[in-house]
Amino acid sequence: MTATITPPAGPVQRGAEATYDYLDQRLGLSALLKTNVRKIFPDHWSFMLGEIALYSFIVVLLTGTFLTFFYKPSVTEIIYDGSYLPLRGIPMSEAYASTLNISFDIRGGLLMRQIHHWAALFFVAAISVHMFRVFFTGAFRKPREFNWLIGVSLLVLALLAGFAGYSLPDDLLSGTGLRIAAGIMQSIPVVGTWLVFLAFEGEFPGTAFIPRLYTIHVLLVPGLILALITAHLILVFYQKHTQYPGKGRTNTNVVGYPLLPVYVAKAGGFFFIVFGVLTLISALVTINPIWLYGPYMPDQVTAGSQPDWYIGFLEGALRMMPAWELLIFGYPISLNVLVPALILPGLIFTLIALYPFIEAWVTGDRREHHLLDRPRNAATRTALGVMGLTFYVVLFINGGNDVIATTFDLSINSITWAMRILLILGPWAAFVVTKRICLGLQRRDRDLLLHGRETGRILRLPSGEFVEVHEPVSEERAAILMARQDVRPLPLPPATDADGVRTPGLWHRRVRSRLSQWWYRDDIPAVTPAELAAAQSHIRHELAAAESMGVLPHEPELSEALSRH
Amino acid sequence: MTGRTLRRQPWAAPALLLLTLIGVGALVAAIDAGTQPATASGAPSQTQVAKGSALFAEGCASCHGPAGEGTTDGPSLIGVGAASVDFQVTTGRMPLAAPNVQAMRKPPSYDREETLALAAYVAALGPGPAIPSGSVVDEWRDASVAKGGELFRVNCAQCHNFAGRGGALSDGRYAPSLMSSTPLEIYEAMLTGPQSMPVFADTSLPPESKAEIIAYIENLKQEPNPGGLDLGRFGPVTEGLFLWTAGMGALVAAAIWIGARVR
Repeated sequence: MTATITPPAGPVQRGAEATYDYLDQRLGLSALLKTNVRKIFPDHWSFMLGEIALYSFIVVLLTGTFLTFFYKPSVTEIIYDGSYLPLRGIPMSEAYASTLNISFDIRGGLLMRQIHHWAALFFVAAISVHMFRVFFTGAFRKPREFNWLIGVSLLVLALLAGFAGYSLPDDLLSGTGLRIAAGIMQSIPVVGTWLVFLAFEGEFPGTAFIPRLYTIHVLLVPGLILALITAHLILVFYQKHTQYPGKGRTNTNVVGYPLLPVYVAKAGGFFFIVFGVLTLISALVTINPIWLYGPYMPDQVTAGSQPDWYIGFLEGALRMMPAWELLIFGYPISLNVLVPALILPGLIFTLIALYPFIEAWVTGDRREHHLLDRPRNAATRTALGVMGLTFYVVLFINGGNDVIATTFDLSINSITWAMRILLILGPWAAFVVTKRICLGLQRRDRDLLLHGRETGRILRLPSGEFVEVHEPVSEERAAILMARQDVRPLPLPPATDADGVRTPGLWHRRVRSRLSQWWYRDDIPAVTPAELAAAQSHIRHELAAAESMGVLPHEPELSEALSRH
Repeated sequence: MTGRTLRRQPWAAPALLLLTLIGVGALVAAIDAGTQPATASGAPSQTQVAKGSALFAEGCASCHGPAGEGTTDGPSLIGVGAASVDFQVTTGRMPLAAPNVQAMRKPPSYDREETLALAAYVAALGPGPAIPSGSVVDEWRDASVAKGGELFRVNCAQCHNFAGRGGALSDGRYAPSLMSSTPLEIYEAMLTGPQSMPVFADTSLPPESKAEIIAYIENLKQEPNPGGLDLGRFGPVTEGLFLWTAGMGALVAAAIWIGARVR
């Protein structure tokens, strides 16, 4: 870069160059920067969703550090004498009292608490939205399966960090949450009770858990998150970012802008926007008003006890589950807690983590993918994704069934029943509807390529016939629409080979090929280049005919578009 | 023996009613003794009872029975006391607009004078909690808000929510928000336990504690929100709703703005 600058160097320039030389001779910056600073990244707004998560996390780290200066992870009982009058003289834990002090007696403390909490909620939300983008565009496919796994681990760690943080102030809501967490641990057969004794150092609530949770919240989990974020970003850098299909974009190139200056500016600016929006929201909107909840006492509970949104689906599952219990040799197995609070999330997260491998197995696709899928072109995957999302959203809504009941004057029992039925039927309906929409869009794309764009201009031919003028789609558009390739499903294996020997692994291969056929069954055939050429010459002929009859006024734009094909 | 013969006399029933009325009157007078004279909640006069009886026959008897003994459509009112009538009628819950799982708060159908007449009539049917006097209710002004908060969290928050904003009960019933309840209404509700609410009698929750609870609720009504908008004080549900609408909406819009291709 510096070589291209011709004007005589001023003092600033000379100073910068001297500094750079000093650093270069000691750190070898040139070699490092030459290869990395000009690295090309593709451009799309949806690639910035993951950045929201990253920046929220940075904000969480900064504000969290501030909070550790004043928070006391201790459940030693004291009498509150701070400046919040409605709690003065009330016995409470030091943890709760110090959180009140942060809120009312430390300058800027309440704002910091609110930024920390809002940013944590945004962190998980942004991770989720980022994962939707990765899922629905097939960015998790080979060679990026491991980065998907890192992402899933980050999501789980974010939930853990959030829940631990939610529990630290020792207010009425967080204590109720811990009570439920202890109950969930107890529901594990055989070892549950002992696990609770181990974690709480005796009966709930005890005095050991909050200090332990604090260490986990400020040291262990953030450390793991930082390490995994680093690995996540290194892999993105090393494997290159995926790109959407488009003119000139192939599976083997990356079309976009260099890291410096374009992305450094964009990402830097975006960080400040995220920080700004988070701060603005935190300054204007209350979150977790612990002074209203009061200190946690095991004999108290409040209506509207809810976890933060990301645990809402578990809350909903717990509220939805019928009160089933098994007795085995006189020992109760609490299915009503075990199934919704442990087995269900276990299944959900295992399925999410293994999804790339399951899809690759079903489709038999072993190719590398650097071009993203448009969601419609992977109809079955998109439908499966919406199916899972529907299941999750039903659970999530039921987590707030009491607030919905009072807000909309409904019976909480009817809501719960409606959600139980929706949980079972809704995902199937979502699958069918999504798949139909995707196939409809595939048909439309095919139609656009083969018949061109409807211009809305109607011509009357000398014969009296009315025709609509069609225009071929632009080259850019055609490149996007042509991105889909036909993939043949795996053929059914023959039962025996030529010598009559039974095919090895027949059952396994049959299941796989049936699934693969189901996967691709309904896809609309993709347009082949030959088909496209034929169709475009047809459109061109029609236009030329219309023009020769003097019906169509000469349009330079149109003829230019035609001559390109 | 004499008791049995006395009871069989034709004048026995009216005499008993008269004795009860005198007894209730005396009781109310005794409770009210030494406080402000002739408040609205003072001893009911005979004219009040008569007026109440007429209003009752007109507006209440179809469900509660001609003598308040109850029918299949409404419970017996014998022994519910004046406080209960005052609470139900003042908050507009009675008379019911339509049979439902729960009577809703609505503008009252009777004015103050009529309400007190109805209360006097029902109080005459059998002894029950009287309308607490103004001075008793007003004790909340000197009561401890912090103690009230503690009592509120132990006794009230599980249904009415931590900030008195109400909550759901089973089958469409609910604990209403307390934000538009007056101290007198709250006092009467604690005394009489309307609908799904339990009775908090003076033996289990002494008048000082009731005053403290009212002080806490009054404080909740006026307390500013140091953190900004309160989102209805419903807890994390509305916070999550805000996050997924306005919050993520703003950040995704910013991403689209920044990510827009420069042409």
